Amino acid sequence: MSVIAPKFKLSEFIKSLLDNIFWIILLLVLIGVPAVFIILFVIPMPVIDGELLTPFLALTWLADPTRILPVVKAFMGTDIFRVMAFPGFGFAALLAAGTIFVERKMLAKLQLRVGPFYCGKFEGILQLMGDGLKLISKEIIIPAKADKPIFWAAPVLFVAAAAAFVAFIPVAPGWVVADVDLGLLGVFAVIGFFPIITILSAWSANSKFPFIGGIRALFQMVSFEIPLILSLLGVVMLTGSLNLSEIAASQSVFPWIVFLPVGAIVFFITMLAELERIPFDLPEAESEIVAGWLTELSGMMYGLVQLGTYLKLYAFAGLFVVLFLGGWNGPMIVPPFPAELLTTGITIGPITAGPFPGLPLFTQEMLNGTLMFVLKTAGVIFFILLPRGVFPRIRVDMLLNLGWSKLIGLAFVNIFIALGLLYAGVLGPGGLQ
Amino acid sequence: MTFKLPPGLALQKVDEKIMTLNVGPQHPGSGHMRLIVQIDGDYIVACDPDPGYVHRGEEKMAEYRNYILNIPHLERPVIHDSCNVLYPYVLGSEEILGIEVPERAKYVRVIASELNRCIYIMYWLAIYGIFLGHSTMFMWPAGDRELLIDLMEKMTGARVTHAHFVPGGVRNDLPPNFEDVCLRQVNYFEKRIKEYAAIFYDNPILIARTRDTGVLSRQDAIRYGTTGSVLRASGVDYDLRIKEPYDVYEELDVHTNVMKEGDSYARSKIPWLDMLESCNIIRQALQKMPKSGSVRTKLKPNPKGKGLDSVYKRVESGRGSLGCYIVSDGKVEPYRVKLSVPSFRNLIALPNLLRGEKLGNMPSVYWSLNYWPVEADR
Repeated sequence: MSVIAPKFKLSEFIKSLLDNIFWIILLLVLIGVPAVFIILFVIPMPVIDGELLTPFLALTWLADPTRILPVVKAFMGTDIFRVMAFPGFGFAALLAAGTIFVERKMLAKLQLRVGPFYCGKFEGILQLMGDGLKLISKEIIIPAKADKPIFWAAPVLFVAAAAAFVAFIPVAPGWVVADVDLGLLGVFAVIGFFPIITILSAWSANSKFPFIGGIRALFQMVSFEIPLILSLLGVVMLTGSLNLSEIAASQSVFPWIVFLPVGAIVFFITMLAELERIPFDLPEAESEIVAGWLTELSGMMYGLVQLGTYLKLYAFAGLFVVLFLGGWNGPMIVPPFPAELLTTGITIGPITAGPFPGLPLFTQEMLNGTLMFVLKTAGVIFFILLPRGVFPRIRVDMLLNLGWSKLIGLAFVNIFIALGLLYAGVLGPGGLQ
Repeated sequence: MTFKLPPGLALQKVDEKIMTLNVGPQHPGSGHMRLIVQIDGDYIVACDPDPGYVHRGEEKMAEYRNYILNIPHLERPVIHDSCNVLYPYVLGSEEILGIEVPERAKYVRVIASELNRCIYIMYWLAIYGIFLGHSTMFMWPAGDRELLIDLMEKMTGARVTHAHFVPGGVRNDLPPNFEDVCLRQVNYFEKRIKEYAAIFYDNPILIARTRDTGVLSRQDAIRYGTTGSVLRASGVDYDLRIKEPYDVYEELDVHTNVMKEGDSYARSKIPWLDMLESCNIIRQALQKMPKSGSVRTKLKPNPKGKGLDSVYKRVESGRGSLGCYIVSDGKVEPYRVKLSVPSFRNLIALPNLLRGEKLGNMPSVYWSLNYWPVEADR
């Protein structure tokens, strides 16, 4: 017997919705509005700019740009905006969602298909939302002999670690969540959490396929962390700083990829391995070990891990851009802010708008820097996605051979190139940069 | 503690280091079957294939139906290769019933059989691609296969299970203008599959993954009784289209592809070369085919065999030599129909090939054996 909807009828559903709306309005009018007036009667209202603040006046200010713009601007300077919205989680999640859409459509074009097509009017643009809703509505099944607290915590920890990684990436001059002097070390520390979370999730599921997948992920991440760190040492030597904002700012003339192409290649390959993307998707090799360490995750737990994976992808691509491609540096293509908006206002036909004294919410440099960063990151993400359509999966022994012998050797070559550039005086004090 | 085992059973000693994995029947890396794999770290210690999940009793069903009614269900074991699965049965029942086949029908059969071989190999190749994690190689063959499926639909009226071959010829004549359409489609198809070399067969990662894995030596290949692409990948030049030509294969110029390595790479490349060869055969057959004439010798209702009689016929299917043994006792139904399928012969080599391999090689070695679970179970 169905418990959820024994007899579902659309008309009754609409009627119940209308009933709810009716009761909400009724209660609001009978209880809410008198309560507000009683409060206003008791509490003395503040006087702002010589005017007594009444509810009517507060509503008018909401529509008055000269009043509301400074409030918005002040909110944009707060830490909570940075963490939640712009350089932090919200921005990264938006780019991650775009990445998923582009990945599906691009691979589809490569493989003689159309990809997501029906969900949303334009080219299946709402498919991701539909998938998210499906994952949320699914039942979460925990294996009977799983270590439940750890199994529950692992997906949340995964997203948390990915979000912490995102916090280190500077998007525009001054726009970074955590502007720490040892930013690159912080990045390495956060990357070090991922294998631990993975093996915890895999082991606590108490199942064979996740266990093998977890061990593979551990092998892969640990053995590729060493070339990852070594390949970035060249950049640190040339810049003389571990602060990611300073590293980005130091590339105003040449990006480091011009001088350190070997390091960039090594970093790109290790990045693919850390992200578990094809050809390095051994921990999730479906024809060998079902879904690897994700096998027992169900519903939104799986969705959280996917969210974390794509946040991590954005963060790695952003790190590549900051370290090798010059971060926010680039030609100034954003037009300057029209100055008459501040003083006289702007007239378009019969309408005159302004003046808006608090208006330039973002500076021209910031907008241009963000644009450059997003364009470069999108390019790097494209190259991260591309191997999925071209390469098959490699094997564990080939992976370890690549990580421990070839990439570490190339990373050392890169370090010697950086040292040579420094001692020859091409770069550094008195050199090109 | 003394525990008495039932007779015939023995306790197996289990090493603590060894983990037993049940790969299948619900696993993306197995077909409708189970591989009981024991692994020590990343190495496979033992592998025990466990087929039989899709046994449908095709052979027993054949004893209750007359020679014509047997056709639709005997092609069910491999619906993607349905013409070739039906071919030995049709050849055998023609001999039992004593019917002559018109010349044009023989050519139509060869064309249908070669087209169906390509359709099967494309499906097989798609799954081989996805088993190696190469999603483009899954989508491309699955899409290009439609070219030939459309062609078969024009020819037989059905897209997958054609039931086109009957004792005495084929069910219907070719539609008008079929030769031109077929030639055009096959030429385009050949051009298309030649592109697979760039993305798949010449891919350095694929070569590194499948070279020298699951090596089946020439002696072992003969000893285990493997057939088809597995046998030819191990260096044995054995193709029934040349060794025992049936219908009009002796009038056509057929070449086989042989590779000496005997590894997964060779076993996966031979079917692809076979497809190119099939395109050649189809072009020759289209050229030599009589332009008009009957395609079917009509049978009387409920045809009967002439007394006690038996016949064994075999053809080269997409997976190898496929035989059909028919015993007739002079009644309307055959007394016994036995299908001797290549899939089961090729599966015998699997435990020996997987022993000592890495777990990552399991899907590629397993699927390179050209094994079709439904056919093995019948």
